[in-house]
Amino acid sequence: MTTPTRPALELKNVSLSFKGVKAISELSFRVEAGEICALIGPNGAGKSSLLNILNGVYVPDAGEIILEGEHFSRMQPLEAARRGIGRGFQNNALFSGMSVIDNAITGLSRHSRLTLVEEMFRLPRARHEERRFRERAHEVLRLFGLDRHAATVVGTLPYGVQKKVELARAIVAEPRLVLLDEPLAGMNASEKQEIAAVIARLNRELKLTIVLIEHDIGIVLELAHHVVVLDYGRKLADGPPETIRDNPDVIAAYLGSERAEIAA
Amino acid sequence: MSEIDLPIAAPTIDKVGLRAVGLAAIALPVLAGPFLASEYWINAIIVPFLILSLAGLGLNLLTGYAGQLSLGAGAFMMVGAYATFSLQLRVPDLPLPLALVVSGLIAAALGLAFGIPSTRIKGFYLIVSTLAAQFFFEWLFLKFPWFYDGNSSATIALPRGLTVFGLNAETPHGRYYLTLGTVLLVTLLSFNLVRSQTGRNWMATRDMDTAAAVIGVPVVRAKLQAFAVSSFILGIAGALWAFAYLGSASVQSFGLSRSYQILFIIIIGGLGTIRGAYLGAAFVSLLPLALDWLFQHLFSGHVDAGLLQNIQKGIFGLLIMWFLIKEPEGLARLLGVKLPARRRLFPSSQT
Repeated sequence: MTTPTRPALELKNVSLSFKGVKAISELSFRVEAGEICALIGPNGAGKSSLLNILNGVYVPDAGEIILEGEHFSRMQPLEAARRGIGRGFQNNALFSGMSVIDNAITGLSRHSRLTLVEEMFRLPRARHEERRFRERAHEVLRLFGLDRHAATVVGTLPYGVQKKVELARAIVAEPRLVLLDEPLAGMNASEKQEIAAVIARLNRELKLTIVLIEHDIGIVLELAHHVVVLDYGRKLADGPPETIRDNPDVIAAYLGSERAEIAA
Repeated sequence: MSEIDLPIAAPTIDKVGLRAVGLAAIALPVLAGPFLASEYWINAIIVPFLILSLAGLGLNLLTGYAGQLSLGAGAFMMVGAYATFSLQLRVPDLPLPLALVVSGLIAAALGLAFGIPSTRIKGFYLIVSTLAAQFFFEWLFLKFPWFYDGNSSATIALPRGLTVFGLNAETPHGRYYLTLGTVLLVTLLSFNLVRSQTGRNWMATRDMDTAAAVIGVPVVRAKLQAFAVSSFILGIAGALWAFAYLGSASVQSFGLSRSYQILFIIIIGGLGTIRGAYLGAAFVSLLPLALDWLFQHLFSGHVDAGLLQNIQKGIFGLLIMWFLIKEPEGLARLLGVKLPARRRLFPSSQT
């Protein structure tokens, strides 16, 4: 379906500003199909804003988004979901009044083909779809070890568990490209390793293209095939982790005192 | 693992059995109700309680589940009542139950139209739009005599009374079973709906609409569906209120105070729960009666009757405030089955 040379995602000269303040300036980079691309940079570098452009939450002032060969000047949230872009949010954007499994099933919404009447009377088609969705959601919950929390109201769970629900919801609809905003934030070291392993597995086994924002440089260098460094809305560096690690600009602007730790 | 699962699995069976017994314990007096209660209780307390529950249910789908604030409940009840009147008058061949459904559909279409602003605005601003519905329909149904068939009192009453497929339902028992049947059916359908994808879309829109859109929830469609379904139920509730409870109604029967009453019912009962509508309606319709009874016994003859009524209203208001401070999530939370109990119905070992 996809030619190996065509990137999963490409940005060309994308700019975004909020009331005159530039958040992203003429940013261009490519994400190859099947890779894990990490976006790093200090707070306020425009990383989350970039993901929101790709999801259609923000409208860029200029530039072009090329998704699997199709050109867009902006995305629409539903259109993005329909084209197979999944999303995990930085501060959990879960549906706090709903159970874990209902949160996951809601991620399947765009696959629902039922009418109100079918749902109201629980006609066979409605029961069938409900069963299919429930099975799929359980499958994903098991992947994250969330099965025993399935019926728990998500707002009552600890933060780390909620982060996993967020991930489960992002991938339940089998997206081709997933945008993850700090999926490991607020987790302890062993949880981070566990989730990083799941992300690597999703990428390897399902050929899922992943763009993620992460501050833990150790994990980024371990996980990512490709790193894009942002600072003040501009691209500072772009390349495989090894070259990023040694780039003096990056070290000066972002890594700073962590240099010793990385060199080690 | 198994030592944890076993004691959890055992009470589940008991719970199901218990639930069946509980259900039967509720169902029997409900069905036999008219033969246990006096005519006064049926006409003045039980029937209005059931209809207010139905209206609360309708508004709860919109406000409690989909998170769209509305002060237009009375307006869509009014639409249902006037539509049923018109249909019974001008399409005499249409049996009452079908007229109720068609009136519900008319209310749904108008509710959807007044819900369109919700795709752009939220919260308190949305209240203005639903308030517009309230004032618009009050004006419309008074302005054009066609809607009340030009009678001198501007009221509406069913031309052939309450007849359900040829059966006379004008008796207390008839009113009771007509109302109960409608309420039970609509409750069942609503229950199915909130547990389906549409219900999840509503709650997702309520809890976090931006995230909902990004993960593929059709937010605009979900909001409009909520307005339509809610108005459908409110329309039927309005028709029952006019013809099964009041007998004859006017625009005043569905004024802004009715909208407030329905909103209070779901806030007190519990937003976003089905049983909340019933609990809230019980609170709103039974508490004033209890206060009335209490005052009659305590102060009758000593204090002026008019003053007594005002004091009662004041106490009712204070009780609502006190209650909402103590339990902001409503009666459903206070009296309901605690959620951890439900969690146990899902065995953790489904692998």
